Amino acid sequence: MRVLGKLLVAIYGLAVYAFIFLPVVVLVLFSLQATSFPIPPFTGPSLRWYEAVLGDTRLTSALVNSVMVAVISSALAVGLGFLSAWGFARYHLPRAALLRGLITLPLTVSYLIIGMGILILFNTAGIPKSLAAAGIGHVVINLPLCFAIIYSQMGDNQVNLERAARDLGAPEWKVLFLISVPVMWPAIFASFFLSMTFSWDEFVISFLLTRFDTTLPVEIWNLLRSGLNPRTNAIGSLVFGVSVVLAILFELILLRRNRA
Amino acid sequence: MTGPLVEIRQLSHSFGTHKALDEIALNVEPGSYTVLLGPSGSGKTTLLSILGGFLAPQEGRVFIRGEDCTATPPARRPTATVFQDYALFPHLSVGDNVGFGLRMRGVGRSRRNAKVRETLAMVGLADAYSKKPHQLSGGQRQRVALARALVVEPAVLLLDEPLGALDLKLRRQMQDELKALQKRVGTAFIHVTHDQEEAMALADHCVVMNQGRIEDQGPPERVYSRPASRFTATFMGESTLLTGKVQDLGMDEISVATEVGPVAISASGEPGFDVTLAIRPEHITLVDVPPSVALGEAKVTDVVFQGSFKRLLAVSDKNPEVTFIVKVPSNRPVSVGDTVELFCPAADMILMSR
Repeated sequence: MRVLGKLLVAIYGLAVYAFIFLPVVVLVLFSLQATSFPIPPFTGPSLRWYEAVLGDTRLTSALVNSVMVAVISSALAVGLGFLSAWGFARYHLPRAALLRGLITLPLTVSYLIIGMGILILFNTAGIPKSLAAAGIGHVVINLPLCFAIIYSQMGDNQVNLERAARDLGAPEWKVLFLISVPVMWPAIFASFFLSMTFSWDEFVISFLLTRFDTTLPVEIWNLLRSGLNPRTNAIGSLVFGVSVVLAILFELILLRRNRA
Repeated sequence: MTGPLVEIRQLSHSFGTHKALDEIALNVEPGSYTVLLGPSGSGKTTLLSILGGFLAPQEGRVFIRGEDCTATPPARRPTATVFQDYALFPHLSVGDNVGFGLRMRGVGRSRRNAKVRETLAMVGLADAYSKKPHQLSGGQRQRVALARALVVEPAVLLLDEPLGALDLKLRRQMQDELKALQKRVGTAFIHVTHDQEEAMALADHCVVMNQGRIEDQGPPERVYSRPASRFTATFMGESTLLTGKVQDLGMDEISVATEVGPVAISASGEPGFDVTLAIRPEHITLVDVPPSVALGEAKVTDVVFQGSFKRLLAVSDKNPEVTFIVKVPSNRPVSVGDTVELFCPAADMILMSR
């Protein structure tokens, strides 16, 4: 009876993980397909579709665009998130709780609404669709996240460090760059990688706000419109791989921080 | 230079309805070791924060070297602070921590390094230059914090409970080192503590604070032997307090009607005045050594052996609300339940009007 119970638990557990990861496994598996259709039977392994993807300038330039948008928008989101977290932690602001809530509010708004809002606003203001516009959208969605992570790690023990630096003659900007930022480095790094991950994967906002030059998820969607093709699997696997690396970096940095 | 190094005039500060500092006036002389002593909430740390420039007082002024520093930010004050938690920069080496203040003043690398090494050697940490703060023990971190503050040659060094995080033995050892260091560098130190032994051991000038006010200030010997208030008499060392009214006036003698009977001491006063007599435990004897005042019989309720002496608590037979605190030689046989007769030389009784 107990053996049966354990068996059922194990089967249930496997089913859960299969439900989560099977699509990804299938995606990666058929990216290695040797023939032209990503459907059984498996004919690989072959790297021909990866070759095709990396030889396709539209895809590679979209990849470069994606990296650029992710890096720049994440850097901006982290910078602004750090400054606002520092402001809230160090200064007594009127209605601080309300203002903090407003900063984190975009976390609960769907990307579609944010994207549409920015699209309408930019249309009215006469700002054309571009990668920069998509980048601004990514700052909007990632800033609250960076703020929340950095603010949560900003303890009172750093207050005295900053006081000590001021006491020893440091002007405010040196206090920030020589003391506050280095001490907060793990949280800053972690939030940077997390927003990279989100920016890298983000589709709706990029789709709405870019036109000719676009990001990789939008380019993949363009590919998919012409039907299933192992090329889409290959590029999908690449995207997935990068996301995994970013997520692992985030975990490593935050875990190391928590153990210290 | 004439006049005090630091002059505090009529300083008051409140947090909400709580009056943290109430009309504080204090002078600090050059080269002196001043200790601010008081229980938590007495305002001593608030006073130190105002001196360091971390808090702007609501009323009053602070002069350092004759200059009005009340609104000067910490970076531009001739003060340096040693924080209670040391506040060492965890990402910098010990050398870079100590050199931080010089770096902010634009001192070049080679001169900075030489000075940092010299200061580290002075606090006994010559070989810690390239270590990180987390590799050091509590006492070593304390020294790094001291070196970091001293290297910028402040006019006044402010120490916020600097020994509070150390264990007792290390605290006593660091206490001696602090005093020696202060004598060597000649900088005025202002040190905040709630430990009266620490205060007595370190201070040239001891300032006893309570509820935002200065209760008493002066050389620790004077504050101990002639406390100005009841609070000082019980906070800086222990005392038995007897309250009463001044009765008869003699030539230069007054008689005080206390809870345990009339006591005649040489002092001046007005009849009808409420006064308090404080008696230090070491001044009460179990034998009559003339000229002594008899304090009556008392029942011993507690005996604690403390090595070189025994500390007794004895409840007066005349008034059970009075408990005498007595120190007797440890070879004297006395145990709980004994009835003893207590005496005190009149000259050792401390008369206080508040």
